[in-house]
Amino acid sequence: MSGWTRFLPIALLALIVGALVWRLANPPDTTVQSALIGKPVPEFEAPPALPGKPPLSSAELADGKPKLVNIFASWCLPCIAEAPLLAELSRQGVPIVGIAVRDRPEDLARFLQEHGDPFERIAADPQSKIQLAFGSAGVPETFVVDGRGIIRMQHVGAIEPDDLPRLARAVEAAR
Amino acid sequence: MRPLLVLLCLLAATPALADSTMPPAYWADRQLEDPRKEAQAQALMQEIRCLVCQGQSIADSDAEMAGDMRDLVRTRISQGEKPSEIRAWLVERYGPWVTYRPPSRPVTWPLWLAPLVLLAAGVVIARNRLKGRGRE
Repeated sequence: MSGWTRFLPIALLALIVGALVWRLANPPDTTVQSALIGKPVPEFEAPPALPGKPPLSSAELADGKPKLVNIFASWCLPCIAEAPLLAELSRQGVPIVGIAVRDRPEDLARFLQEHGDPFERIAADPQSKIQLAFGSAGVPETFVVDGRGIIRMQHVGAIEPDDLPRLARAVEAAR
Repeated sequence: MRPLLVLLCLLAATPALADSTMPPAYWADRQLEDPRKEAQAQALMQEIRCLVCQGQSIADSDAEMAGDMRDLVRTRISQGEKPSEIRAWLVERYGPWVTYRPPSRPVTWPLWLAPLVLLAAGVVIARNRLKGRGRE
């Protein structure tokens, strides 16, 4: 050990500390994105989530009209926050279908009564099977599916007012 | 007195509603009858990442979604599906991130090579030092 090599360990230490500080200052994005963007929706068929509400299957997602597929649940608090925004999108003429994760009909009915029901169809997903097939990692999540049943976009987390134009545009573009 | 009261109130508070009220899926916390298949399922569940409690495997996690994923793994294993097929199904949906056994891709080559490089460096350093000592 002579000359500059003497400082090698301290340089190495500085490098490691630098890397740690950088990571602390820039935490990694822990959002789980579905790897199915650009691919067809997984095939599924679900029982009706509510009496009197049409159920949803993958066939209906390829009926020629682009849609928003909202993965939600009555026990999910952010889902309450995004309910008025879904209603707004529905008012703008965006077709919305739902996948109700781990829900009971009576809880779901109460949720829709209290917070509005923008859904044309709702699939019951009592064991998160459809959710897992979509590559979704939580509620709420919203997928844009085009008329041929291809997943175009995924929005992770509750829809915020700022997201409305982007979602409406994505549905328009999927036409 | 006031802080104590607040503390007591906090004790009584229930955590935010983040889980459903539904019971766990059938195979979430139940072993398969065939011990060979259960072992297969266990081995796979140890290597699949929990999506909501990142850093835990679905075998270790108490999250509802992890339970549903264990149910999915055991159901498919009991139906005769191979663990590699189930892993591929999940990777297709969540990317290679979902498995703790990283597939060998160019990006991961340094990961696999690092131990060999470090071992080689250690051997070189040790040899140089021992050589130096012998001469003294």
